[in-house]
Amino acid sequence: MTSTILEMRDITKTFPGVKALSNVNLSVEEGEIHAVVGENGAGKSTLMKVLSGVYPAGTYDGQIIFQGQECQFKGIHDSEHKGIVIIHQELALVPMLSIAENIFLGNEHASYGVIDWDANEARTSALLKKVGLREDPKTLITNIGVGKQQLVEIAKALSKEVKLLILDEPTASLSEKDSQALLDLLLEFKRQGMTSILISHKLNEVNRVADKVTVIRDGRTIETLAKQDISEDRIITSMVGRSLDDRYPPREPDIGDVVFEVKNWSVYHPIHAERQVIKGININVRKGEVVGIAGLMGAGRTEFAMSLFGRSYGRRITGEVLLKGKPVDVSSVSKAVQHGIAYVTEDRKTYGLNLIDHIKHNITLANLGGVSRHSVIDDMRELAVANDYRKKTNIRASSVYQMTGNLSGGNQQKVVLSKWLFADPEVLILDEPTRGIDVGAKYEIYTIIARLAAEGKAIVVISSEMPELLGITDRIYVMNEGRIVGEMPAADASQEKIMRAIVRGEGKAA
Amino acid sequence: MSTESAPAPQGNVAEEQRPRIAVSALTTNLREYGLIIALIVIMLFFQFTTSGTLFKPVNLSNLVQQNSFIIVMALGMLLVIVSGYIDLSVGSVAGFIGALAANMMVIWQLGPLSNPLVVSIVCLIVGGLIGAAQGYWIAYHRIPSFIVTLAGMLIFRGICQALLGGGSSVGPLPDGFKALSSGFIPDVIGPLTLIPPTVNAAGKTILGSGLTLHMTTVVLGLIAVLAYAYFGVRTRRKRERHGYEAEPFPLFVIKTLVASALALFLVYEFASYRGLPVVLLVMGVLISLFVFVTKRMTIGRRIYAMGGNPKAAQLSGINTERLTLLVFINMGVLSALGGLIIAARLGQAVPAAGLGSELDVIAAVFIGGASAMGGVGQVIGAVVGGFIMGVMNNGMSIMGVNVDWQQVVKGLVLLGAVIFDVYNKNKA
Repeated sequence: MTSTILEMRDITKTFPGVKALSNVNLSVEEGEIHAVVGENGAGKSTLMKVLSGVYPAGTYDGQIIFQGQECQFKGIHDSEHKGIVIIHQELALVPMLSIAENIFLGNEHASYGVIDWDANEARTSALLKKVGLREDPKTLITNIGVGKQQLVEIAKALSKEVKLLILDEPTASLSEKDSQALLDLLLEFKRQGMTSILISHKLNEVNRVADKVTVIRDGRTIETLAKQDISEDRIITSMVGRSLDDRYPPREPDIGDVVFEVKNWSVYHPIHAERQVIKGININVRKGEVVGIAGLMGAGRTEFAMSLFGRSYGRRITGEVLLKGKPVDVSSVSKAVQHGIAYVTEDRKTYGLNLIDHIKHNITLANLGGVSRHSVIDDMRELAVANDYRKKTNIRASSVYQMTGNLSGGNQQKVVLSKWLFADPEVLILDEPTRGIDVGAKYEIYTIIARLAAEGKAIVVISSEMPELLGITDRIYVMNEGRIVGEMPAADASQEKIMRAIVRGEGKAA
Repeated sequence: MSTESAPAPQGNVAEEQRPRIAVSALTTNLREYGLIIALIVIMLFFQFTTSGTLFKPVNLSNLVQQNSFIIVMALGMLLVIVSGYIDLSVGSVAGFIGALAANMMVIWQLGPLSNPLVVSIVCLIVGGLIGAAQGYWIAYHRIPSFIVTLAGMLIFRGICQALLGGGSSVGPLPDGFKALSSGFIPDVIGPLTLIPPTVNAAGKTILGSGLTLHMTTVVLGLIAVLAYAYFGVRTRRKRERHGYEAEPFPLFVIKTLVASALALFLVYEFASYRGLPVVLLVMGVLISLFVFVTKRMTIGRRIYAMGGNPKAAQLSGINTERLTLLVFINMGVLSALGGLIIAARLGQAVPAAGLGSELDVIAAVFIGGASAMGGVGQVIGAVVGGFIMGVMNNGMSIMGVNVDWQQVVKGLVLLGAVIFDVYNKNKA
């Protein structure tokens, strides 16, 4: 005998310029594990933020009915009060506080502001037992691994009398063993009658624990599969099944010799010194070729690109970079730039732009030598350059003196692109070049990429959007867990093939 | 989100551009000149409350000589703050350098090494080394600048006092050295007497002021004003030739005329006393240099980029560690120069030299519109900020305001200036 604990009806959420969710429906029954799957950017996390009140009632359309009551959450506090607890991908623990302090943070057993530590620790011990974590409640969070931190988060959720537990990619950064333990714990909770929503890309995990799967794509619910219908193939088809019409500019590849080659590239994590993030990668790119690197978040693609670009990520970097067959030194960003390598970051606000300065200064920053003589900047030449690139990349702004912080995402991306185009690279590495920008701006970015390739540049595009890779690249590498697990000409590739390579590591066989 | 602005439809851009440029030129200029207007208002206020003493030539010379070390150090501090750091050690470093210079010239008997010029050069190098030592930890080991320079503040004040043997002072310093602060440039042209006085039989002046002008100062001042106007016009022409709209012409004319008139007034004031103070010349050269470096040179641009977003700067190929080191070396050299100016003015080295001046220097930079987050700030702003502090010190002293209350007023002005800036930014 089951009853519906949660129903989300016709949820629509719009951000400036982007419709993140349109008429999404989700119905969860009491006591089940309900998986929500979809590509990166499909809208899963947005949906969960709507549910937990991160986006308060009124900023979206639609209804949320929890335990038979319509709810209007104004913040996380409201949803937690009802027993809906979300555990985010990035854990929200304070590293320098103990397990007990974290679990009862903001919710301490106290009288008149004086904390009763004995009560806190006793309750913590009981909770830790429930989640199967054998640690002293006084242990600092920073001293335990990510897997155990995840369990602390769950214990924290349990301390709030949780009725519906939402886990957003809980195993993304866990080892195989920790992941299994976590999934076992979920099954155990289910036996005790708790309801959970599991958001995951890892279809084998979904397959193992989920009672139902809802597939979301492009901000819409595609279907909800019942237990007997769940299979990886079915989910994959449902996840990626969209048509590739003319969302990409036409292009006739004119591919020459190998320009850029990376051999045996290995990188270790900057903090966890024993963790190898990139494991012996070999890739090459030809003149005029657009090469894609596909993979899910956390596959190590950005880490790979940034470690190539002047060792901007990681430690103990080994391997070789060859430009036109000759080994080159890329040990600092300026050396990499001098050799004609450019990296356009995935995170333009944090790594790409000086948001408190205007377009002109941002465009020339990576190549100040190009607008100066004897280190003195020629203001007129700089202005001409900025206006030229503003025209070339179609940056929409009142003038080149507009602050980049006030531009829309698409125009910011064009400023970052302009900066690197002005540095005149041979090899251009674009990391998620169309993340968070609208369809029109995407097309413009694709057009620029096609033009650069036609000019004979070697281009690497890292993207989590598979249709994009299929639409604009000539050849695709598939990356997973720090390795290249597949390579295929774009003409032969399909989203299913890429997904299979990622999920099963079958890329080369397929 | 407020940072998202919808892309404007193409057709409107060209039409909207013209008025927008005019409006933005006006608003940015207002913000820039607001500070100078504030300085003028404050000066007029004190001119009134001190019954005309403030603008007396002798007092203006004093004002410059009293505050020059703050402004010299503010030039370095501006770069430090724009880079996103802070330096609390500048007052102590200045004190230490003063003590070092005094010891070299008076106590240690170093022969030719005791020559004031040699001592000054050695001291500037030592200042640079101190800056390098502090900057090294900040740049390459990412130790917060607040902590490193707080340590420096304690260390160098301690060494300063130790060098002076506890509480005593070392002096008197040679006259050649003192000229750095209290000297005036020599009048190589010779004085000019305006309206020679006509004296009657009783020896009483019945006509003419008998005012003599220091002609070298007048000539230098005229050259500076003409150069300012010439370069202003040239830049304007260049912009127009390239087809870019400069600021509106009337605004340009008014700006140039007002600035020239002010400069000529000051030149007249100095010329009617003993001429241009040496330290003002030093300051003027340094200010021009730093304006040029921050506005026109690639290293200046890189400093602003580093302060605005260090990660993006690094990923644009800027060696942010080396740049940080250079900024602190520069600060060290200017702190040393500040220390020399203080010692030269007092004619001796005292244990309390420069004590607390780091706060005046930092206040000058923030009053001048720099952001504590880094990436924003102008040399001229810091200089005007320094003069605002200086005029308030000087004016209140003449008025006989108690030193305790002077601090209260300066604190309120600092707070008010920053609140005004933040309010303005949020409105924009």
